[in-house]
Amino acid sequence: MSPSQDVLNKLTPVLTKRWLSPDAWRINTYEKLDGYQGLKKALKAHPDDLIQLVKDSGLRGRGGAGFPTGLKWSFIPQNDGKPHYLVVNADEGEPGTCKDLPLMMNDPHSLIEGVIITCYAIRAERAYIYIRGEAVHAARRLRNAVAEAYARGYLGRNILGTGLNVELVVHSGAGAYICGEETALLDSLEGFRGQPRLKPPFPATHGLYSSPTVVNNVGTIASVPYIVLGGVDWWRQMGTEKSSGPMIYSLSGRVVNPGQYECTMGITLRELLELAGGMQPGHELKFWTPGGSSTPMFTAEHLDVPLDFDSVAAQGSMLGTTATQIFSDQDCPVYATYRWIEFYAHESCGKCTPCREGNYWMVRILRRILSGQGTHDDLDTLLDACDNLLGRSFCALGDGATSPVTSSIKYFKQDYLDYIEGRTKPLLDARELVGAH
Amino acid sequence: MSYEELDTEELRTRAAEIRARFPEGRERSALLPLLHLVQSVEGKVTPNGVRFCAEQLGITRAQVGAVATFYTMYKRRTGGKHLVSVCTNTLCGMMGGDKTYKALSEHLGVGHEETTEDGSITLEHAECLAACDYAPVLTVDYEFYNNVDEEKGLEIVKRLQAGEIPMPDRGATPAGLAGIGEQLAGYGDGRPGAVAENATGEPTLRGARLAADHGISVPGFDPNTPIPSKQEGK
Repeated sequence: MSPSQDVLNKLTPVLTKRWLSPDAWRINTYEKLDGYQGLKKALKAHPDDLIQLVKDSGLRGRGGAGFPTGLKWSFIPQNDGKPHYLVVNADEGEPGTCKDLPLMMNDPHSLIEGVIITCYAIRAERAYIYIRGEAVHAARRLRNAVAEAYARGYLGRNILGTGLNVELVVHSGAGAYICGEETALLDSLEGFRGQPRLKPPFPATHGLYSSPTVVNNVGTIASVPYIVLGGVDWWRQMGTEKSSGPMIYSLSGRVVNPGQYECTMGITLRELLELAGGMQPGHELKFWTPGGSSTPMFTAEHLDVPLDFDSVAAQGSMLGTTATQIFSDQDCPVYATYRWIEFYAHESCGKCTPCREGNYWMVRILRRILSGQGTHDDLDTLLDACDNLLGRSFCALGDGATSPVTSSIKYFKQDYLDYIEGRTKPLLDARELVGAH
Repeated sequence: MSYEELDTEELRTRAAEIRARFPEGRERSALLPLLHLVQSVEGKVTPNGVRFCAEQLGITRAQVGAVATFYTMYKRRTGGKHLVSVCTNTLCGMMGGDKTYKALSEHLGVGHEETTEDGSITLEHAECLAACDYAPVLTVDYEFYNNVDEEKGLEIVKRLQAGEIPMPDRGATPAGLAGIGEQLAGYGDGRPGAVAENATGEPTLRGARLAADHGISVPGFDPNTPIPSKQEGK
């Protein structure tokens, strides 16, 4: 059954539109498709007006936290005599999240164009794109695009004869999820272990090399050229009052047509499922994440929650990276939680005791429950561990780890009890476990 | 490889190029790419590789070692010609990744981060590879194979063992672990055509295609919309 017109009208192809042109990653094709027109337009404006434009657009960060982008840019102190930096967070790795790598594969120049405009606005002459190490395929396209942009005079010194200088380096990580956290990313980019810093001070004043730094997600920066070209009113016709613009929703799991659906912010999962052809035959929706594994899971009760920053928060979760991982009645929420906690235990950088020890022990408790050897006390111990984790670590990794645990116990306590009380056959034999690496 | 064999003019030139990507006095930022670079030469990060990085950056070997051991992509044991990574994070694992990993592990006779006797393959289970719309996924030298079940996974590794290189569904021809290190160090892919090699899959394009098929676009886009100015005299 094809989706209704009302639901189809929620599609807002903006950042994903060029993906349909197979050669859009080449600069010649990109230029034919409005490419670098936003830059030319922006360079005629005053940098402060660009910051105001992005503020007025209501653009919020696409990396998970949803911080207002223009406001972040305006925190950069001007005329302070220090070098400013732009760092793009391309360390995509939050389980379920898969929107930034396709953007860099299929339309890398849109990110580069956004980088140059942003550098001009915040008065930065150096920018780094910190891309996840494993994303070799996307980094290859991105580096090729950067070289093309240098050759065309969009990067380097005296860009397009305006006197603007921007040096852009694509920097590969080396396999550490924690480096997606902005201050850990900065430490990693400085050549250290990727461990988070205490905030404040924030990167806006003490970022890369203790200098004023904007750290933004790929999708955030790639949105900038469209806002510059189309203007605030055009941008704000998409989304809601407080969550403006289009958003790439990534549907994965037990749906007929998983994939990337760029829609007006505030679309519901019911509508997204209609676009994606519904649940797979024989599967009934049981639980789902609105924005990656670090966002508390939702159930079929939440099919009509508008997926914008505030509506999702009002329901006790977070919009995160709009990575909707969709699980069915054939999937076990306890096992899903166990695997996610194994992930957090492995990726905890070890700096903060609650996160390092809490995740270590939660893995063991969950394994015990799934092996049929759990006790009723185990549920209290899990919740107690979460109490000691939430808000008690430097960064959000620890907070994120509590999300699957507390939300699965909230909605699926019976599933836990069924293992504990012997009604469900143990799912795990400790010898068969595939642990996190 | 002795230190003298590693510490060549060519590698020192590369190290200088990498340092130049960062502001003066901030050369330590070059450490991650330098570690990728020495790994591409030696297949792993050795004490000599650590020493090379330390000397190039003017920091201690202990400082280099502390960083090298933090990141999973720096290997301390010699790997196989190809690295096969099976995603066993929650979604991929539950949709079949766990079974595929087990089947590959049994077929190859190796566990996590172990290498087959013939040196052809190192196996690992990976965390979320950011390709969930293609779940379950597997990568060879970080190039992607989509919707991999046990059968497809076994065919891929059998062909690798036979010296063939099956084309990935997305990304370029697997370059072998040694070939990847240079790119991770920040260099372009020197193979002609490699950057063009990729078949974007339908899941990536689904939303955009659905909109295009139904003639849907965001109305009112005018690239000449003025940028409001508060600046006097602009």
